[in-house]
Amino acid sequence: MRIKTFPHGVHPPEFKELTAEKSLEPMPPPEKVFIPLLQHFGSPAESLVSKGDEVSLGQKIGEGKTLFSAAVHSSISGKVLAVDHYIHPGGNLVPAVTIANDGEDRYVPLEKERKDPFSLSPEEIRQKVKEAGIVGLGGAAFPTSVKLTPPKDKPIDTIIINGCECEPVLTADYRLMLEFPEDILKGGEIICKATGATRLIMGIEDNKPGAFEILKKYAQNTRTEIALLKTKYPQGAEKNLISALLQREVPRGGLPFDVGVVVQNVGTTKAIWEAVSQGVPLFQRAITVSGSGIKEPKNLLVRLGTPFKDILEFCGGLKDGANMLIMGGPMMGISQWSLDVPLVKATSGILALDSPPPVLEYTCISCSRCVGHCPMGLVPTQLMKCVKYENLTLAEAWGILDCVECGSCQYVCPAKISLVHWIRWGKNRVTSMKRKKSA
Amino acid sequence: MPDKNNSFVIQSSPHLREKDSVPKIMYSVIISLLPAAFASIYFFRVQAAILLLSCIAASLITEALFLWLRKRPFHSLLDGSAAITGILLAMTLPPSLPLEFAIIGAVVAIGIGKQVFGGLGHNIFNPALVGRAFLQTAFPVAMTTWIPPAMIKVNTATFATPLANLKFQDAISQGTLTSLKELFWGNVGGCLGETSAFALILGALYLLLRRSIDWRIPVGIIVSLSLFTGIFWLANPGKYASPLFHVLAGGLIIGAFFIATDMVTSPISPLGAWIYALSIGLVIGLIRLFGGYAEGVMYSILFMNAFVPLLNKYTRPRILGEGRKT
Repeated sequence: MRIKTFPHGVHPPEFKELTAEKSLEPMPPPEKVFIPLLQHFGSPAESLVSKGDEVSLGQKIGEGKTLFSAAVHSSISGKVLAVDHYIHPGGNLVPAVTIANDGEDRYVPLEKERKDPFSLSPEEIRQKVKEAGIVGLGGAAFPTSVKLTPPKDKPIDTIIINGCECEPVLTADYRLMLEFPEDILKGGEIICKATGATRLIMGIEDNKPGAFEILKKYAQNTRTEIALLKTKYPQGAEKNLISALLQREVPRGGLPFDVGVVVQNVGTTKAIWEAVSQGVPLFQRAITVSGSGIKEPKNLLVRLGTPFKDILEFCGGLKDGANMLIMGGPMMGISQWSLDVPLVKATSGILALDSPPPVLEYTCISCSRCVGHCPMGLVPTQLMKCVKYENLTLAEAWGILDCVECGSCQYVCPAKISLVHWIRWGKNRVTSMKRKKSA
Repeated sequence: MPDKNNSFVIQSSPHLREKDSVPKIMYSVIISLLPAAFASIYFFRVQAAILLLSCIAASLITEALFLWLRKRPFHSLLDGSAAITGILLAMTLPPSLPLEFAIIGAVVAIGIGKQVFGGLGHNIFNPALVGRAFLQTAFPVAMTTWIPPAMIKVNTATFATPLANLKFQDAISQGTLTSLKELFWGNVGGCLGETSAFALILGALYLLLRRSIDWRIPVGIIVSLSLFTGIFWLANPGKYASPLFHVLAGGLIIGAFFIATDMVTSPISPLGAWIYALSIGLVIGLIRLFGGYAEGVMYSILFMNAFVPLLNKYTRPRILGEGRKT
């Protein structure tokens, strides 16, 4: 079998052996959860509860009222302590609901009656997915119901289930594939049904032969194709994955819809199946807790809103010398300043590292490694210079908004320039410049 | 374990970095030049050693002086780039050049070639070649006086480089054209780094394997020079030398692998690198066959260095999804 891949990209060390053989372990619910009402791309959900209310596990506590929003559910049963603002791992304060655990885990599913999930209409599937508050669990947290609603003029022919998990260190998706292959494949079928797609492909990097074998076995006699991809970062980035598997190029500024494709992460696909088949809302997710600063690295199923502190304690705590806490993978994860931040839908992992000593930054020597490794075909050093010397128009012309912030350029930069930082700042400035122009 | 808040290191992603660094790249270039440096010492003995050491020392001192004048941190003195300029300059000088001329060359290379532009990463022209071009203009006689390698006994008054022999002494019809074997091993006259193609290629292989240089540049230069000289050779082998002679003679190997590949002064896009390299080869061919000089590597590279900003501007790589309609 030919192993597929995309041009450019990098090969960072994987560090997956720390947790790859550890099963997903359900973490007991904590005493208190802090559930942000904004855990997705878009506008915050509006609270449906107030201080003093009793809530049950799975009860909807936030309603996504706009298109780009998502419902939020309680992840424990207990009493609402506060509806105000709380810190978010993204670094900002967001509206949040604090709930004290009564220890009973009273669970009320979203609906009593159950229909055969494959008899549902596309609209019913979307409705159930929306009700369950499902967002992209790969890290971007894009509301899934929107992704299942292709525009009328853009027919979808192919669904890709993203089992790449190309970020180093993380193994939660790998464990999901090993432990829930049937749910994932059925979820894929449901997505096909919702979008009218006829082809279902699952892409897995070749550093996870176990997952590939097991899915291959379960996918026998089904239409699902299991494709092996080269282990390369960022193989799981949507546009690169589409180009690797289908040789289709998503247009600049466009969406996978434009080439008839919908991509869903394995965790999301499993959540869709659980929501559609059993009415289970998204109240927990699989994460990897790992890194050189963690005493007992683990793969966990954790309730949303659980403070990082509780999760780290459950993993034996931090080692001496751990001085960096990251939500997500080491390539795209966000540095955390507090142990009090809660787990959100976008949390794919929690890493604790002993951060390397600060590196000496040199001037760019135009080595062009960033150009040779950028999976989007950009010139990161030029974008950095445009932002540094305030030429935002040129930055836009050179495609700064096409940057997916994967970090490949900065990973290889021998001058140790914070390319992604400059580009991210430049993207914000270019976007606000454009907004001003159009206003 | 950091005590609750505010003791974690906060930084922008990615949190992993490859180990390679600017100083490591620079020192790898120095290592790769060692075989050729030792070859030049073997062929030209103590004269070559003194030339190399004085160029390196003068480059470092000039760099330090300018860093001090510009109130810049001194750590960039140790990044290896000034030492490379010194070595490369020495490699492009005739072994008999008086020491004071070489030192002036190094001061010009670092001062005018590099530091006035803002130091490492900001210069347009290859610093070593700026130094050499200055010497060529200022001291033309000393820069074209050649001595034979230590192991051949010839009349030094009429001794010439293989290329000068070809161009000015009608070597092909006289039957005195230097053999390819001698060119390859380096038992010929010329600048320190023009002699042993073998030692240079040995070092260049290391750089290629380490990915410190862009393979497109040497390949492009060699291909275009071979094609250009090859056409004339096929048309009239009685007058023109073979492409292989042109590739092995003079400063072509050191220029193609070590000087034109200088990251700072070569294009950043693959297409730009191809245009740059193919043009250098063509200009070398034009100068050698039809110009007033026997050798053309230095001026070709300097000439194309000037186009690099323009090439960077007009050879932006294609962005994924560019030209596709939404």
